[in-house]
Amino acid sequence: MSKKSELKTSVSRRSALKTLGLGGGAAATLPLLTRFASAQSSEPIRIGFQKHATGIGASYGRWYDRTSQAAIKMINDGGGINGRPVELVTEDDGTDPKRGAEVIEKFATQHNCDVAFGTLFSHVVIGSAPRAGELKLPYFVCSEGHHVASGMLNRYTMQPGITDVKSQVQAMAPFVSDTLGKKVTMIYPDFAFGHDHRDFFSAAIAQQGGEVIEMIAVPPAETSFTKYFPKIPRDTEVIYHVMVGPAVLTFVKELGEFFGPSRPEIFGFIDSLEAVDLASPGLEYLEGTYFWEGNPRYAQPNQTSFDKNFRAAVGVDENGASVDDPNDISTYAHMFSCWETLHVIKAGMESAGYAGPKDRGNLIEAIEAMTEMPHSNEHPQGAKVFNGKTHQVFGPQYISKVTDGKLIVAHTASIEDTLYPDEVDYTKQSL
Amino acid sequence: MDFGPYLMLATLEGAVLAAVLALMASGLSLVFGVMRVVNVAHGEFYMLGAVIAWWVTSTIGGPPALAFFAALIITPLVVGVMAVAADVLILKRLNYDPERTIVATIGLLYIIQQLTLMTYGADARPVVPPFNTRLALPWVEWADGRLQMFWPWGLSIMSYKLFVIGAAVVVLLGIHLMMRYSRIGLLMRAAQLDSETALAFGIPVERVYAIVFGLGAALVALAGVLIVPIQQAHYLMGGDALLLSFIVVIIGGLGSLGGTVVAALLIGLSDGIISVFFSPTLAKIIATLLVALVLVFRPQGLFGAKDK
Repeated sequence: MSKKSELKTSVSRRSALKTLGLGGGAAATLPLLTRFASAQSSEPIRIGFQKHATGIGASYGRWYDRTSQAAIKMINDGGGINGRPVELVTEDDGTDPKRGAEVIEKFATQHNCDVAFGTLFSHVVIGSAPRAGELKLPYFVCSEGHHVASGMLNRYTMQPGITDVKSQVQAMAPFVSDTLGKKVTMIYPDFAFGHDHRDFFSAAIAQQGGEVIEMIAVPPAETSFTKYFPKIPRDTEVIYHVMVGPAVLTFVKELGEFFGPSRPEIFGFIDSLEAVDLASPGLEYLEGTYFWEGNPRYAQPNQTSFDKNFRAAVGVDENGASVDDPNDISTYAHMFSCWETLHVIKAGMESAGYAGPKDRGNLIEAIEAMTEMPHSNEHPQGAKVFNGKTHQVFGPQYISKVTDGKLIVAHTASIEDTLYPDEVDYTKQSL
Repeated sequence: MDFGPYLMLATLEGAVLAAVLALMASGLSLVFGVMRVVNVAHGEFYMLGAVIAWWVTSTIGGPPALAFFAALIITPLVVGVMAVAADVLILKRLNYDPERTIVATIGLLYIIQQLTLMTYGADARPVVPPFNTRLALPWVEWADGRLQMFWPWGLSIMSYKLFVIGAAVVVLLGIHLMMRYSRIGLLMRAAQLDSETALAFGIPVERVYAIVFGLGAALVALAGVLIVPIQQAHYLMGGDALLLSFIVVIIGGLGSLGGTVVAALLIGLSDGIISVFFSPTLAKIIATLLVALVLVFRPQGLFGAKDK
């Protein structure tokens, strides 16, 4: 008995010593910290990149990383931001909301990042944004979800590099009902991003005189899809599909196998085939179907010099694949958002005279004051209009037709087609 | 879709799932039955099967059928050898202690998963099926006073999916015959019945254990190879496989091959049919509820023998 208690004290003494040692170590580094603070102007600006390196968003993460690195290189080659170099601090969020919030905290408290950026999957954004707001860390998302403009998030969360689902589907609905048909069956992933599609597209198509006759929600982790397809009503004129995750190829393949030779018109969001080769076996039936693209994967005949420059900088060939490996297909329709967002951060920091974390509020206000963003090397996807009140950007949308196995742009929706009334005014929230 | 064709489609889809499940779960059941080891890394051997199948087919190239059948032979062998190594290096040193082997196989799960992530990457990669023709299926209806055959919209199955069902039946039959009639099957059954007495009779129990562990892994890897042309190889695919295998094995009775097959059919078909007519979530709820009921009212499983 006495031996036991002796052991206990000795252990606790040792751990107490350990704690003391740690405290001492921390104290010793304190003067060092203040020394860096005084020399802050030459320190790099640190942008925390919340990367989907693993989990269901991994192929997006890989390309978001390449795009961001290319944009950072371009910014640094041009002299950095306010004369300071820019550095990307990358953390894997595992495409997981809980981990996402932890990563945000790490950026703010451990890595001393100036801002955080780069999240795509909407459930990770929704999981991370509240923490960013509490830490007053400007958080720039590239997610397409309507949660920014809907007022669900906070003043520190912005989406200046990619349009949201609500404006995308609103711009698609007239084309779908005029060109393809009025009776639509929707197939979408059963989480926030898919629900945005469900709610806003069914409203938008109703305005065009069409209707959604069946909505088929598929759990995002599903791996086998044929069992969902018999729910498609026989009188469907148009299939509207959007799918995410590692099983997208299975989804599109099984859709084709289900219909065989007698398919209805098909309109899909390219999300269903991002990072997937259109020439994959089993996808031949997609010939003649339509896709929404945020940015056309295949270089178009009227390619702009901005797109050419963007492709060259990121390392993407004219088929949307890596220049090093033609089998490594990019997430071209989405990844421009990283590039454009980083340039918005640069422009915002310059107009706010950003010097350090104490200027984070000024940075938010400077970006809220932005409106027009011209078509340029900084904005290769097209000219954009930023709404400072809703923290959401608006821009052109592309509809492409699969022609000879390639996506050829058939219709471009203008910014005006994508606008909708404000649902929130974030500028009224305190900083 | 009309009710009849709809039901037929649901049944066929369910049968494919049941076939794959039966292969996966029989591996788990075999390992538990003979060795009394709950192999938590079982799902990762399934994932390894799919990933190595991708690797073999993309290395060999050539016609898809040739590459695929090469993968069908090479992959289970490779995974089996890896499992034998894991048995000799880890499980044997823990004396097959039930609790400690669970912890050890959890560790194995993470090691395999992370090594795959580090080498193969986080992408889902496809394997081209050896053949994949769409077979439109006929249905009969009563029209004009007589039975008429017609081809309903959407009612079809891919020939490859039929092959998966057939392959699973053949392999399971082979395992059954091996356990029943071969010498190694006899040794396995002896080790299962009473390992100490078996040892006393001169049966090299440890070697039998290594073979059983390798065979269990090879079976689930084979399921991985069969599924990869339908789905894609992804480093996280082992999680669901493990869960479903456990569900099947618990319902069927740990260690009973026949029970495993019946339970796989039950879970596979009900998942196909319930998720087609109601929702996939309901199918999962019912499967899990069934597990709970079996555990409460018949802990040894539907076909398991009571511990004496």
